[in-house]
Amino acid sequence: MELGDEISVEINTRVRALEYLVQQKGLPGVVETVPTFRSLLVYYDPTVVGWDALCAALRELAAQAERTTLPPPRRVELPCCYDAEMGFDLEAAARRLELSVEELVRLHSEAEYLVYFIGFTPGLPYMAGLPARLRIPRLETPRTRVPAGSVGIGGIQCCIYSVDSPGGYWVLGRTPLRLYDPGAADPILLRPGDRVTFRRIDRAEFDAITRAVEAGTFRPVIS
Amino acid sequence: MIRVLEPGALTTVQDLGRPGQLRYGIPPSGPVDRAAFVLANRLVGNPDGAAGLECTVVGLRFECQVPCAIAVTGAAMPVTINGREAEAWRTLPLRPGDVVRLGPARAGVRAYVAFSGGIDVPPVLGSRATYVRGRLGGLEGRALRREDVLRLFPAPPPRPRRVRPEAVPSYAGEPEIRVVLGPQDDAFTEDGLQAFLTGPYEMLPQSDRMGARMRGPRIAHRRGHDIISDGIALGSIQVPGDGQPIALLVDRQSTGGYTKVATVCSFDIGRLGQVKPGQRLRFRALSLADAHRALRQSLAALEDVLSDG
Repeated sequence: MELGDEISVEINTRVRALEYLVQQKGLPGVVETVPTFRSLLVYYDPTVVGWDALCAALRELAAQAERTTLPPPRRVELPCCYDAEMGFDLEAAARRLELSVEELVRLHSEAEYLVYFIGFTPGLPYMAGLPARLRIPRLETPRTRVPAGSVGIGGIQCCIYSVDSPGGYWVLGRTPLRLYDPGAADPILLRPGDRVTFRRIDRAEFDAITRAVEAGTFRPVIS
Repeated sequence: MIRVLEPGALTTVQDLGRPGQLRYGIPPSGPVDRAAFVLANRLVGNPDGAAGLECTVVGLRFECQVPCAIAVTGAAMPVTINGREAEAWRTLPLRPGDVVRLGPARAGVRAYVAFSGGIDVPPVLGSRATYVRGRLGGLEGRALRREDVLRLFPAPPPRPRRVRPEAVPSYAGEPEIRVVLGPQDDAFTEDGLQAFLTGPYEMLPQSDRMGARMRGPRIAHRRGHDIISDGIALGSIQVPGDGQPIALLVDRQSTGGYTKVATVCSFDIGRLGQVKPGQRLRFRALSLADAHRALRQSLAALEDVLSDG
């Protein structure tokens, strides 16, 4: 179900409100839902609910979604190391944006980001909130392999790679946390609607947190 | 216990999949050919969702170490027990020490082996299905290897049954895959849509559990081929800038930014997944109402294919 044709916090908030209402209501025949920027994918069992009845119910909930207040969002703090070794595009991105590396890191780490939705690979957040000064076209030649945890920017997006994968974002740093951990009871760190901030850490703290994550003793700051 | 002697090309533990996780980017996994998988389970007296094996192109060889029954369905991989030919699509009782081998597929791509009781691996997020790319579920989140050992849940010997021969799919020829157009069919030219529905398309060897990649007449775009990323359904047919279709399957990415010309009907996903690289297929569009009717028919047909013997 499409609620608009642009990427905006307003439209995405309505998408998440619609999903919330669908979950609350427990619509018969609805199997699962996937929120994205401006639409909600609804999987349904047509032997339980017909197309027309489902669409009518969804249209009614979409109208309600405009005045629905979502539960308060979670705030998640992600430690992020902006050393050149991990933020391997930091200098090139700073040159392109005509900023110093220090200004770039400051602007990126002081912003608060909203998780529009999780998708593409397990646990990968699509986020709003990149400061306008940091908008930058994607890399002309995507990298063939970017390590999991890499924090990148491109277009109006800030992205965090959840698994090792190819990609076209400018990588500014890396978080030692696992956005996707198949060995954990709950493998996914971030949720649609989360508010994300980055806390700047040095290499020593990155290594210490990495060890704690591997030992299963690190508790991310979520409020 | 089942001891793996040769793992085959790509053999994974699957059950009916892991719904509810797409909003976190985790695909459902499960068998590509659901009907064949379900029939294998029914032939050994299991519930439809018991965990079994999906073999790809070349099957596995294993030794059975407990009395149990198996059934092999799906792709035509010749079955032998202790070197003697055995029939697919029927209940096969095994004794400890029996060695079962599934050969290279003569037709189709994916064969299924069900074991009475089902395979005992720990469920992850409510399912035993393997998602290899995400290292999740199944046996340690990976394909089987030589010397792996699989435990089975205890179960009484099942009543011997078979799938009636006329109900066994052939997988050969040039199948017609039924689709419902949309959600972005308006992004394509009239000629492009006509080309899509005329075909034929040839299956490419890069196809896997994530997506079936095909080559054929160009499905031309009216305007750009990118959209604001949205959700990708089972069977969504993405068309990137090269005009060639990719049908997304059980291990698909949850979202994507290419235009989608149509969605393969759920009851034809299995048939699509059995088309070999180099084999050709055509697409036919159904109205949504006809697709729902055909779904009911295919579910009803599945209830009426087993006989004693």
